[in-house]
Amino acid sequence: MNETPLRVVLAKLGLDGHDRGLKVVARMLRDGGMEVVYLGLRQTTDTIIDAVEQEDADVVGISMLNAGHLTLGPRMVEALADAGLDVPVVIGGIVPDEDRPAMAAAGVAGVLGPGASADEVVACVRAAADTRS
Amino acid sequence: MVGKNTDRARGGTSEASSPDDRYRTLSGILVDRVYGDGPLPGEFPYTRGVHADMYRSRLWTMRMFAGFGTATDTNARFRELLAAGGTGLSTAFDMPTLMGRDSDHDWALGEVGRAGVAVDTVEDMVDLYAGIDLGTVSTSMTINGPASILLAMYVVVAEEGGVIRGDLSGTLQNDILKEYQAQKEYVFPPRPSVRLVTDVMAFTAAEMPRWNPVSISGYHIREAGSTAAQELAFTLANGFAYVEAAVAAGMDVDDFAPRLSFFFNSHNDFFEEVGKFRAARRLWARWMRDRYGANDERSLKLRFHTQTAGVSLTAHQPEVNIARVAIQALAGVLGGTQSLHTDSYDEALALPSEDAVRVALRTQQVIAHETGVVNTADPLGGSAYVEWMTDEMERRAEEVFAHLEGLGDGSLLEGVYAGIDSGWFVGEIADAAYRYEREVNAGERIVVGVNAFTEGDDPERRRLLRIGQDTEDLQRKRLATVRQDRDDAAVAATLARVATDAAQPTVNLMPALVDAVRARATVGEVVDTLEAEFGTYVERAVV
Repeated sequence: MNETPLRVVLAKLGLDGHDRGLKVVARMLRDGGMEVVYLGLRQTTDTIIDAVEQEDADVVGISMLNAGHLTLGPRMVEALADAGLDVPVVIGGIVPDEDRPAMAAAGVAGVLGPGASADEVVACVRAAADTRS
Repeated sequence: MVGKNTDRARGGTSEASSPDDRYRTLSGILVDRVYGDGPLPGEFPYTRGVHADMYRSRLWTMRMFAGFGTATDTNARFRELLAAGGTGLSTAFDMPTLMGRDSDHDWALGEVGRAGVAVDTVEDMVDLYAGIDLGTVSTSMTINGPASILLAMYVVVAEEGGVIRGDLSGTLQNDILKEYQAQKEYVFPPRPSVRLVTDVMAFTAAEMPRWNPVSISGYHIREAGSTAAQELAFTLANGFAYVEAAVAAGMDVDDFAPRLSFFFNSHNDFFEEVGKFRAARRLWARWMRDRYGANDERSLKLRFHTQTAGVSLTAHQPEVNIARVAIQALAGVLGGTQSLHTDSYDEALALPSEDAVRVALRTQQVIAHETGVVNTADPLGGSAYVEWMTDEMERRAEEVFAHLEGLGDGSLLEGVYAGIDSGWFVGEIADAAYRYEREVNAGERIVVGVNAFTEGDDPERRRLLRIGQDTEDLQRKRLATVRQDRDDAAVAATLARVATDAAQPTVNLMPALVDAVRARATVGEVVDTLEAEFGTYVERAVV
């Protein structure tokens, strides 16, 4: 493939420190040929937006295992839109199936849960990137 | 009794050697309290267990971890657990509390009461333990960065309720080193954080003799992706680091070591887990005696809590998790645990529901009362495989200790600090986590219901616990009320003393913390005060 690799900003948004899943996803995306900008823990929507602008990112991936997705997911989407950035958001973590419609309605482009394979992770991020207008 | 191996060789049926008639198999065969040659359970180096009779003298404590919503919500769950036969309490705090931030802090948005109970002030703690006799029920509090503050609150709640601090029994997790390595719930940099840990150790040794001031925890290291051997090695290394820190702070090893306790994960590989628990006891006993000069037998005995492996639970076909938890719990019991939390089968989907928690507790009760595994101490001792696995775990841990000693020029404490600063621990753990994921992805490891045997998943049947936004709103109102009703001058004065004492490394901070929270200073206010003195730790982001 000769196309430019997708560039993905990965961050833990909020206070939750469980970073095992996000680190595994970072390596899966790298092995899948993407460029990963890993911001690490305790990021805010502002620090993530700074990174998206500086790195010219195609997708934002945020992770949370503490049931904060209903609040923080839509907040990330809104913050990117407010900043005038057309960058889709993928959420990873413990997101109950019944919350997926609400996530989609809020503009979250993809949700990855426990047990997602490397192929699923890469496909989800690619599909999210393809939603850009 | 010891040494009557001829009877045991015949199957342990001798009536004379074991007069306790209660211990019979389902078929009526009388069972001896222990089999095999020494060293027996209760004898150095305690590989086979810390008590001669193990579960005959006392079952493990069935300690279920709970916490969600407001203090009142969690109090109701506590009472249900005690009514259902639980024998101890274990408190889960929400993310803002764990990070030392109040519920009205910007960072707390969306996280109040979601993954644990929200505690901002002593008033929340009063509601949390309402109607529970703190003089008789032992309590565990899973908190680290602000652990000293929460312990101060517990003391104030008890004393305002008429129970003196010396009568309190329980455990504070208070293990900050593994936070930098794995769970990442730290506030201050490592060195001042370890000072807070040793302040708590000195305070409880002097004033709360029934309290376990640190629960040295491998659980989170394992959940973050380590192997069993890494969990064992890093955890014990952290334990030795606290011993060195406390001795450096002027304490005598036998004054605090008897109250140190441990907390391990129990994962799916049954015999590896059993070997890990047995090796942990042997390593601790030997190092405490030979390296740190402990003389009190209690200083040598590694006591531990076990929790089944949350990370092993699957969102696919969640009922299968009940089987996983039962097997993991059995490994903990056969490994000689002193207390046990069994995970709920719905934990990969959401916070555990009440029904799922009950199944998890019942799983422990089946092991305790139906399987007969409690009838004889260390029933797996002497198995060639189990003894080999125990030796192998020990050997691998010793390799890590040697590496850390090298990093620290002979000091485990300095070696652990160096491993944190350089990112060695997080790198080792992340490598192991990715290796495992690749094996599952490649189909080299079967995860039932995930990459094999996948038919039969039914998302419709799931009933999940939900914490709404109303919890956050309610908690913020409660906090506003406390702020309004308190004596602000008293709060300011007590916080000023916290700042003064924090600046003096040789002063124990606990008395100042007790005074501050008694005046209704919030967790966030105390943390801010300490942070101004100690600084903030920021991890380097490394994949």
